[in-house]
Amino acid sequence: MPFFLPNRAPGRLIIVEGIDGSGKSTQLALLSQWLRLRGYAVAFSEWNSSPLVKETTRRGKKKEMFTPTSFSLIHATDFADRMERYIMPLLKAGAVVCADRYAYTAFARDVVRGVDRAWVQNLYRFAPQPDLAFYFKVPLEVALGRILGGRNALKYYEAGMDLGLSRNIEESFRIFQGRILAEYEAMIEEMGFHVIDATKSIESQQKEMRRIVLRHFGRTRPPGVLGVDIHAARLHA
Amino acid sequence: MPDYKNRPPLSYYATALPGVDYSELQGKLIVIEGPDAVGRSTQIRGLKPWLEELGHAVLDTGMARSALAGKGIKEAKEGNTLGPVTMTMYYLTDFADRLENEIIPALRAGVVVLTDRYIYSVMARAIARGENRAWMDKAAGFALVPHAVFYLHAEVQHLISRVVVGRGAFDYWESGLDIGFGPNMYDSFVKYQSRLIKVFDSLAVPYGFEVVDATRPPVEVFETLKTSVSRIFEPPEKPILEPNKSVRRVRPPRTIKATARGD
Repeated sequence: MPFFLPNRAPGRLIIVEGIDGSGKSTQLALLSQWLRLRGYAVAFSEWNSSPLVKETTRRGKKKEMFTPTSFSLIHATDFADRMERYIMPLLKAGAVVCADRYAYTAFARDVVRGVDRAWVQNLYRFAPQPDLAFYFKVPLEVALGRILGGRNALKYYEAGMDLGLSRNIEESFRIFQGRILAEYEAMIEEMGFHVIDATKSIESQQKEMRRIVLRHFGRTRPPGVLGVDIHAARLHA
Repeated sequence: MPDYKNRPPLSYYATALPGVDYSELQGKLIVIEGPDAVGRSTQIRGLKPWLEELGHAVLDTGMARSALAGKGIKEAKEGNTLGPVTMTMYYLTDFADRLENEIIPALRAGVVVLTDRYIYSVMARAIARGENRAWMDKAAGFALVPHAVFYLHAEVQHLISRVVVGRGAFDYWESGLDIGFGPNMYDSFVKYQSRLIKVFDSLAVPYGFEVVDATRPPVEVFETLKTSVSRIFEPPEKPILEPNKSVRRVRPPRTIKATARGD
């Protein structure tokens, strides 16, 4: 059984996945910019960013009300809202939609939280199949070094504190991220991820991504894919 | 009519919730389902004190009343951007929160849980809006199988008269205006509610609903419900000394689990 619906819209869906600190957001920003300058109409959507459910998520996190199931469902709600109101209409219009994290994030995180795998995979069946899915492969210690060095405070759910893995938030984060990493690794083949070696330099990772995108899109803009005036794009860049 | 006496202990349809010991759930779970304006809350208002008079502790709960998502759903419905999949997911979030934080703790404590709507309304609304039935069956698979589901049944003409007499106006969501099933509120209401009733009807057998004719006067409906609810509390036919052995020998009365999985 396929995990998603086929993308029958003229637009293209590009997604990035990886654990926190894998550098995927930086790479996606660079790729979007590059696509814009090549004349593509590009849109961006980030995990857990729907204004419709923002207050509910905030309330749940603040009061630590979430169970693994309700945590999974509120993220699916967020995803559904972005899908129905933003991503699907844009794909229909022919845009290239770049998504920072996709349903795979839920597949990895929610399963680590103890949610049934088949259940959570079914939940996201309404989503379109990405045209390109990049997975940023990074050893746990490298990612942890980037996160723990750069930020001062880890948050409760982000560190998987709800799982009771450790009383120490940093230790909990370590164990939690390690388990998520294992879930991602197990998904690579089944989900058809394009694996990017995230230990390499930013430049060489970007080069690899662009190569894969070009191979997929071709040198010229595919029919149906929406274009923009490059000069206007430069002004807004 | 479902065999309440020999019903197996509370369990889930298809997917176990992490961290729940189902064998601890001692209370009774009773669901009142049915379309909008069919008279569910009137019946619950009667059933609760009646059950309490009989000595049962009762928790009454209902859709979109969760501490987590109740407010968010209300606000989302006041806006004009709530899509059908998002609405379904939001209601599932609300349901999960109430199930894990209200219903299950109450059942653990031996309380009778009386719920105005259950997962079936979430499913019916989604399916009536064109969402996939098998997808919905699986998504809702973490729900507990209730001891009884009373489906208050009425045709759409009956609902219309109740809306006109009772509330005096048609509601945006109850008319399915988010999808727009007709050129005006009335036509949309008729078409959407007819679809909802059809979906509820189609859920009745696989999910073991007891269909109650809700076109009769409320007092008569109440009498029917009281008779059926009483049976839930009757002791099983054989005294259970070794619960596992004696229960297992009896074939489960409903084939919900097999069909609800939708495989």
